[in-house]
Amino acid sequence: MTPSTSAKWGLRGLAFGYLGLLLLAPVAMIFYKTFENGFGPPIEAMTSPEALHSIQLTLLMVAIAVPLNTIFGVTCALLLVRSRWWANRWIDAIINLPFAISPIVVGLALFLLYGNDGWFGPTLSEWGFQVLFSWPGMVLASIFVSLPFVVREVVPVLHEIGTEQEQAASTLGANGWQTFWRVTLPAIRWGVAYGVVLTTARVLGEFGAVTIVSGRITGETETLPLFVGRAFEQFNEEAAYAGAIVLALLALTTLLLMSIGGRRAKASGAPVPSVAEVPVPISNTKEGS
Amino acid sequence: MEAHPANIPPVSAAPRAGLRLPGVGTGLGRGMVVLYLSLMVLLPLAAVVDSSLSNGLDSFWNAVTDSRSMAALKLTVICSLIVVAINAFFGTIIAWVLVRDEFPGKGAVNALIDLPFALPTIVAGLTLLTLYGSESPIGLNVAFTRIAVVMALCFITLPFVVRSVQPLLMEMDREMEEASTSLGAGGFVTFRRVIFPNLLPGIVAGVMLAFARALGEYGSLILISGNIPFDTEVSSVFIRSQIESGNVPGASAVSVILLTLSVLMLIGVSLFASSGRHRGDKGRFRSILFRIFSRSQVAGGDGA
Repeated sequence: MTPSTSAKWGLRGLAFGYLGLLLLAPVAMIFYKTFENGFGPPIEAMTSPEALHSIQLTLLMVAIAVPLNTIFGVTCALLLVRSRWWANRWIDAIINLPFAISPIVVGLALFLLYGNDGWFGPTLSEWGFQVLFSWPGMVLASIFVSLPFVVREVVPVLHEIGTEQEQAASTLGANGWQTFWRVTLPAIRWGVAYGVVLTTARVLGEFGAVTIVSGRITGETETLPLFVGRAFEQFNEEAAYAGAIVLALLALTTLLLMSIGGRRAKASGAPVPSVAEVPVPISNTKEGS
Repeated sequence: MEAHPANIPPVSAAPRAGLRLPGVGTGLGRGMVVLYLSLMVLLPLAAVVDSSLSNGLDSFWNAVTDSRSMAALKLTVICSLIVVAINAFFGTIIAWVLVRDEFPGKGAVNALIDLPFALPTIVAGLTLLTLYGSESPIGLNVAFTRIAVVMALCFITLPFVVRSVQPLLMEMDREMEEASTSLGAGGFVTFRRVIFPNLLPGIVAGVMLAFARALGEYGSLILISGNIPFDTEVSSVFIRSQIESGNVPGASAVSVILLTLSVLMLIGVSLFASSGRHRGDKGRFRSILFRIFSRSQVAGGDGA
């Protein structure tokens, strides 16, 4: 159908109007508000000891949660796709759970396990481990909320590449590890890379779950998103906006990495998960093998 | 949420003898995966269910039906329903413009659609406040109202319908539309009779995913909604206030309700995607949907 010109402009107007009012204008506004007095104030706000500490702590979360979830994710994806086991369908279903749960509920769950009256809390504190209101609890929260990304990105790629090359390698005498490092991992690298980017982005921005388990101790258990929330609640808008801009720039970097990664992967002919750039036509059942 | 995507080619599902990736399928790999999942996910959730029932079923029920928690649940569900209706309408139009229309900067607009999925939710709320809060430069202050709740939820769920309708629109036969037009149908009739039925599965799936996400939203609402009990307090905010005031079993009870609702929604999407209410490969549609849902969680999300 070629819609009439007026219909076309009408649809364009609705689409752009909605996107503009809901998305573009507010994002532009927060950039404007942050930099309306130049670069000095936001930079100053971001270099205060509290802000720097919150950035450090956020990076610590990433440094622990992302590698753990990546190793788990690749192993789990291989298990789901490349082996048959009665429990696989249960694992596949359970993997989705962290996505189906409000971050507040995640925080509550960890509180119930590691709090003073919790299942493990008393024992652990006897041994000298403080989990709740301290960084280990925040790491656990970060791991929980970002657990499925690598699995969800790698599973479809494993399906797409098929097993022919792995079988060839194995026929030629490669052992399991050799096959994995030389054949499987290079083939799924874009899936893993996407998963890592998404996991990192999620850990960087996590707010709800960390709110509960951190106890929000300023200068001690405050990540960057928590810093933004508290700064705003304490009418320190300058710091709140500056922190928000740092997080927003990280989010934009995530989008950019995903779209660059998608383009490069496509150029190299490797299978790539592709919702972000170009939706996959559903009728193409299987490309690449 | 039943298990495997249906699109597994049989070849890759059944490894031949001799193909053995390290650890996979051996006791060690399975043990590691099960242990990690149990420790990180299942055990914490079991603690929530246990805590919600710690004072018996009666007090579970009382906690859920308490007037303030009911008000929060009602607000959450009603706002989410309004939001998905708005999404269905504008999402379809945006998808249409992105697939069928040509304009400069289309690639950038397409990439921008995912921004709400990538932006941390606390930033999303703050962003909306700068334009629609008390210091609104256009004099439009909706902060601490239910409109603000709807607006924030619209922001964070924007990509769902767009992303699930786009692939259906791309694979749609233009010939059907042309046939309809050449038989004398006007633009609207063609849309209603030919295009809309083809896009409906994408719209329904997108709506269900958006609904699951909206139910548990927290970060984007905390600053903009005002968290006023009986007015703008949604369930996730209610849960937090109950934890802080020491009513942990009550918080757990409402958590279990939220959890159940969103898990049901995910099972619904999964069954729907496998039900064949749409053309094309079912497994593929399903795995696209779950990937959209996965991407949606980057921001600091919450299925519910």
